[in-house]
Amino acid sequence: METLVNSVQNGVNIEALLGARTALSEAPEAARFKWRATSEWLNGTHSRSSIDGFFGLGGEQRHRQSYQFDVDHPEIFASEDNGPTPVEYILVGLAGCLSAGIAAVAQYRNIQLRSVKATVEGGMDIQGILGIDANVRNGFDGIQVHFEVDADATQEQIAALVAQSQKRSAVFDVITNPTDVHVSVSKV
Amino acid sequence: MSVAPMRRTAAVVDVVVVGGGHSGLAMSHALSQRSVEHIVIERRDVGNAWRTERWDSLRLLTPNWMTRLPGHHYDGDDPDGYMSAGEVVFFLSAYADKIAAPLVTGTTVLQVEPAPGGYRVATDRGDWLCRAVVLASGAFNKPVVPRVAAGVPEGIAQLTTHDYRGPRQLADGGVLVVGASATGLQLAQEIHLSGRPVTLAVGEHVRMPRVYRGRDVQWWMLASGMLDQRIEEMDDRDRARRLPSPQLVGTPERATLDLNALRQQGVAIVGRLVGIRDGKAQFSGSLRNICALADLKLNRLLDGFDAWAETIGLASVVGAVERHAVTQVDPSPRLGLDLKREVRTVVWATGFEPDHSWLGVPVFDRSGRLKHDRGVVDAPGLYVLGLPFLRRRKSSFIHGAEDDVRELASHLLGHLDATRKLQVAIAA
Repeated sequence: METLVNSVQNGVNIEALLGARTALSEAPEAARFKWRATSEWLNGTHSRSSIDGFFGLGGEQRHRQSYQFDVDHPEIFASEDNGPTPVEYILVGLAGCLSAGIAAVAQYRNIQLRSVKATVEGGMDIQGILGIDANVRNGFDGIQVHFEVDADATQEQIAALVAQSQKRSAVFDVITNPTDVHVSVSKV
Repeated sequence: MSVAPMRRTAAVVDVVVVGGGHSGLAMSHALSQRSVEHIVIERRDVGNAWRTERWDSLRLLTPNWMTRLPGHHYDGDDPDGYMSAGEVVFFLSAYADKIAAPLVTGTTVLQVEPAPGGYRVATDRGDWLCRAVVLASGAFNKPVVPRVAAGVPEGIAQLTTHDYRGPRQLADGGVLVVGASATGLQLAQEIHLSGRPVTLAVGEHVRMPRVYRGRDVQWWMLASGMLDQRIEEMDDRDRARRLPSPQLVGTPERATLDLNALRQQGVAIVGRLVGIRDGKAQFSGSLRNICALADLKLNRLLDGFDAWAETIGLASVVGAVERHAVTQVDPSPRLGLDLKREVRTVVWATGFEPDHSWLGVPVFDRSGRLKHDRGVVDAPGLYVLGLPFLRRRKSSFIHGAEDDVRELASHLLGHLDATRKLQVAIAA
């Protein structure tokens, strides 16, 4: 592979990413990751999630530190609003994933980014979760993402960055495609 | 061959070419020119797949003037037309006669295995011992059906493009066509025109106009050198080889067939089929982005053509620069389809793969794909032809055979020479 002569700096280590791609295509078992979160109910609709470790590259890995997230519902739901709603975390995940993708693709394509701002909005008819109308789904009926990008690139190049980041995004895939979910339970 | 060898009493020949399609015949021509003794084994008759494994309305995606083989070209009165499958068979048969190809027809290869000094090719009509084997049995033998097919409810007919002949074969009622390559779009259109409501599931695809600035898009790709691009120039070889066929159709009107055209005609366009749960098909919510990507790539392709035309001073000879309407997607594309209620037939236009199941030589990678370097297979004296982007972008096209065959025949000749010298050295 030819050496990349990259003058732009988006803070993405593209050589490391490309190196990982080569290494993992030769050792696909190391590419199998498991992402984890734990959660504990506190009171009412309030719970707290923690994220510490994950599995990947053939072994247990740890974040630099552990992270805590409060999850709750707003006061108009008669809750205490100790944190964002679970569905808002989904929007956070989508925005974070697409933005990271834009930075990585821009670095690879030698495009200097100056700012990348995303606005994400998920529409939801809560008649679904309230069980009012069985024809209304619980989840989003659609998600709108708008990106405002300032970069040394044409409009078309920026559109291509955003399109490519969707193509490679895990969260975009999680939201747009079905996933088998297995929930088990044990009594303590 | 006048005398078919009996099984196990093997006949001897320098080279066995497996497959009497355009690749095998072109290789035969190259070997004859180099005075290499060889045979071409064909399971039925020349161009068998074109006779028995393609749908009725199929036409080549390349115009007649491009349809040529070494020493043979189209000389009819419709150079801008597109050959039907029957015309391709006629073209190939005429070629086989012209080059006096040493064909062994009606013979099925059962097994190719290593043997002293080369390979043993076992067939249902006897065995051959040879020093080199050319796999020219095609790239499109086995239809690939995704795993989700297992979820299609009973009572719903399923067809692949291998079995599909025409709409008359289908029950009245809804049809789900899966796949948005040339095949998927062509089938969706003709099934829709037969009065059956069609839903087309669209994943990654390659959008292309039939005619651009007054010239066939294949002319642009050929003349600008794109079809001659070599695989080693590609950043991602696997991806280049996996690219679906461009959304094209060969009609007398030279009409463009794209998702906008189908949508206007009334075909329901949905996202990639990603699951079937409780008899309900689930489509990806990525349709809008998939279409945006195809539009961006189309514009990049046309930008490239325009720049090339400008550079070589053609800009005033061809028509004016054109840009195509963005692909329209319904405001809320359907994400699900109740197959039991709305669909009688599912047509899988989800691609083909080569069938090398009879190749008993350890030359397959972990995922079962043939290991080769641009047609030189990972075993001495074994070659493969006609796979997508084998050596060049045009490798799987009829006109693409010539350059590949010339280069691989030279390599093969080198192998025969080297092993002959080795045998002489051992004998001495």
